[in-house]
Amino acid sequence: MKQLAVASLLQLAVLLAVAPLASGIIRTLKARMQTRRGPGILQPYRDLFKLWRKNMVVPDSASWIFSVAPHVVFLTAAAVGLMIPMIAWEAPLGLFGGVLAIIYLLGLGRFFLALAGLDTGTAFGGMGSSREMTISALAEPAMMLAVFTVAIAAGSTSLTEVARSAAGQSWRFLAPSQILAFSALFIVLIAETGRIPVDNPATHLELTMIHEAMILEYSGRYLALIEWGASIKQLVLMTLLVNVFFPFGLSASWRAPALVIALGVYLVKLLALCALIVLVETTNAKLRLFRVPELLAVAFILGALALISSFLF
Amino acid sequence: MVGGAAGLIAWRRAEWARGLSFGLAALGAVLGGAASVLTLLAGANISWDLASGVPFLRYSFTLDPLAAFFNLALALVALAISVYSQGYVKREGAGVLGCLYNLLLLALAVVFTASNAFFFLVAWEVMALTAYGLVSFEHHHESTRDAGILFFILSHAGTACLMAGFLLLVQAAGGYDFAAFGEAGRTLSPALRDAVFLLFLAGFGVKAGVIPLHVWLPAAHPVAPSNVSALMSGIMIKTGIYGLIRVTFEFLTPPEPWWGGLILVVGIVSALLGVLYALMEHDLKRLLAYHSIENIGIILLGLGSALLFQASGHDRLAALALVAGLYHTLNHAIFKALLFLGAGAVLHSTGTRNMEEMGGLIRRMPATAFYFLIGSIAISGLPPLNGFVSEWLTYQALLAGYGTTQSLSRLMFPIAGSLLALTAALAAACFVKAFGISFLALPRSEQAAQAHEASISMRAGMFVLAAACVLLGLGATWFLPAFDPITGSLLGSTVSSDLRAGAGFVLVAGSARAGTVSPLGISGLLVALLAVPALLWLLWARRTKRSRGPVWDCGLQRVTAANEYTATAFSKPIRMIFAALYRPTREIEAEFEVSPYFPKAIRFESEIERAFEKRLYDPFEEWILALAGRFRAIQAGSIHAYLAYIFVTLILLLIFGARP
Repeated sequence: MKQLAVASLLQLAVLLAVAPLASGIIRTLKARMQTRRGPGILQPYRDLFKLWRKNMVVPDSASWIFSVAPHVVFLTAAAVGLMIPMIAWEAPLGLFGGVLAIIYLLGLGRFFLALAGLDTGTAFGGMGSSREMTISALAEPAMMLAVFTVAIAAGSTSLTEVARSAAGQSWRFLAPSQILAFSALFIVLIAETGRIPVDNPATHLELTMIHEAMILEYSGRYLALIEWGASIKQLVLMTLLVNVFFPFGLSASWRAPALVIALGVYLVKLLALCALIVLVETTNAKLRLFRVPELLAVAFILGALALISSFLF
Repeated sequence: MVGGAAGLIAWRRAEWARGLSFGLAALGAVLGGAASVLTLLAGANISWDLASGVPFLRYSFTLDPLAAFFNLALALVALAISVYSQGYVKREGAGVLGCLYNLLLLALAVVFTASNAFFFLVAWEVMALTAYGLVSFEHHHESTRDAGILFFILSHAGTACLMAGFLLLVQAAGGYDFAAFGEAGRTLSPALRDAVFLLFLAGFGVKAGVIPLHVWLPAAHPVAPSNVSALMSGIMIKTGIYGLIRVTFEFLTPPEPWWGGLILVVGIVSALLGVLYALMEHDLKRLLAYHSIENIGIILLGLGSALLFQASGHDRLAALALVAGLYHTLNHAIFKALLFLGAGAVLHSTGTRNMEEMGGLIRRMPATAFYFLIGSIAISGLPPLNGFVSEWLTYQALLAGYGTTQSLSRLMFPIAGSLLALTAALAAACFVKAFGISFLALPRSEQAAQAHEASISMRAGMFVLAAACVLLGLGATWFLPAFDPITGSLLGSTVSSDLRAGAGFVLVAGSARAGTVSPLGISGLLVALLAVPALLWLLWARRTKRSRGPVWDCGLQRVTAANEYTATAFSKPIRMIFAALYRPTREIEAEFEVSPYFPKAIRFESEIERAFEKRLYDPFEEWILALAGRFRAIQAGSIHAYLAYIFVTLILLLIFGARP
């Protein structure tokens, strides 16, 4: 019990601390690839800290949904972060829910954020909500198929079990079904975190926004919570990808020396995934909104192929 | 005991006053519910048999666990609706409405408890007729009358299928008693068994509203008074599910594998198309009606997998899948009734079902909005409410299904699971639309701006159901043992002990290795994590101020309701992506004086094609009408001709009867 509490607090600390870092690394790497200097990898921390201490303006037309949504977004993302294996095999609170609960909890956050977008009464907010819900709905079956492929291989939807079953066979990620499932989940990651080619996190043009349009009216502390929550969600999905498909380096216990090494390996794996995301973001142009379903259909087909190949091989 | 409860429900119709009729209905519901709970706890059957003057007809009731479960759902929903109706029903016509409502409750209770085929069919017909009366209650609208007739016709087509199915069983069993059907089902030839199954699937499918037999449902449910819509969507369509379970698990055991496969396919098609059509609706009640089709589909996923598992001899998995289906049946009854009551409160207050004319209601009707939000979260299957628990169980059943067979057909399970994920995500999108457009932002019409909160009894009715949504979500593990008598009697295997771990707080999918979830734990975690923003607020944000201001209007005038996103606009991306299904047509007319860029008025019309109505039912209707036209030749209206027909028929019957 005590160990569980320590593990949970430890993972929560890593989660909250590393999440803005991942965003910062992606931003800086992207700037470098585009031969810009970029703002430095610590910029997201500075942004959050500044936003947190600012006064905020709430729209006249908004109801209590507007104030509740940022908290739901943040809390669901943080809760999900405790239900995945991050630096050790064991997801500290894995008992509370496996991969299905994670997907649905993130869905709860999105549900409230989309409501908040509509709550402001502007066309931009509604537009963002509509697009976000559409795209996430289309990403869902692809995600589920890829997740099922992994879960069936492990015989469990519990992520601790999934990571443990992958551990014995370090070369399993070369199996066709794993490669296909990874590709499907990678596309879903791009769509869910609002990155190019699905959405552009750096856009300033309202008409092309998806995620940003929903939160256009937010300011101060609420905006900080949403941004932080979004980066935690991104980190959670990235962690899922690296730890489910490449589970080496995960610590078997919650003891200090093993954990430090595991944390190092984890950060290296994350860095590699960040580089991959940056590569995709800089080499692709943003897709038109109605081209996005085609990309997600590709992800769905990859997921289906993953499933079929796990049946064949 | 049930007879007593049912009798109570029945005879108060003599009281014409609204208070008395709905009050006694509530009392009857409480008694019926108590009887059901006792049965589920005791696990024993209660039977009651009465002779009647009519041949073949015996009033035999059996309250076995399955019947008790459905009756419990009925009791819970009926209680909430009866309380709600005190405030909802207008004085005019309350007597007739109360009478029909009570008759419908009685018929429903009898349908669930009857254990004699003849009696069952009589109750089934009473249910259909009273429901017809209730659907047509506001008969001064033409659309209401049309919906009533459509419901009437399809309902009877369904009953015809049931009669044929029961007659085949009766022939084999030599009696009308349900108890004899199980034995008879085994002796039937395989072809006949398949025929009986298909007849029952069609007959019960009409009532449950599975696609493609659903067309009556989105027409009839919205036009009925909202308390009746809640009862119909919550419970009446579940009689189809009840019938299917009764027939497939009791009368026709062991099932053929393809039955389960067929039900699985029908389920996923209903779920997906149901939600896709729901997304296109901006009539709040019709949107909810389409969601009933979706949820029936989800229930059928559990049911179909249970049949498949039973056919392949995996009784424990079958029990898990059946529990998933039954739990979703109960959950859907509750949150759908809640949503219909919420929609009714809005209709009562604004006089419109059109979402485009609502908006901003969260300020005028805070309690209704809150309950509707609870219902929306539950129906979207989001944690920690009840919809999530039953969908989670369904996923686990489907995942486990992959291991039950080695053939290629095992791929069906994960594919069904991924389509269920799509369905659930689309449902979430749909309820963001339903709640967001109706309740949030600025009022879109004068009526919405003048809306008033629902009366106290209406709020009480909604509160009961909202509380049930929360309880059945957080406390899911405590309610699971109630399913043991049901799965025990139908499948001979109980699973509740396999579904609980961690001192009963954690829900487990068969074994702890297969997956765990704890809605209670998740809620606790969410609350505990609130400490993080609270702490940071204490540290750095205590001095910050919060002010109100206008939203960003792109430098134009102030944002008004005309600037808001509409329901039509919200679902536009879905409409374009699934254009192959919807085949949308639109028409835009703009009036302008100087330049087309400065229109004075724009009229926009957009419509989608109802594929099933147009492609399946319209040709069929034409065919029937053409056939009827042929028959008109012999309907001359002459009494002599009719006498001749009767005479010829009599002779033919005598010849037929005289044959040894």
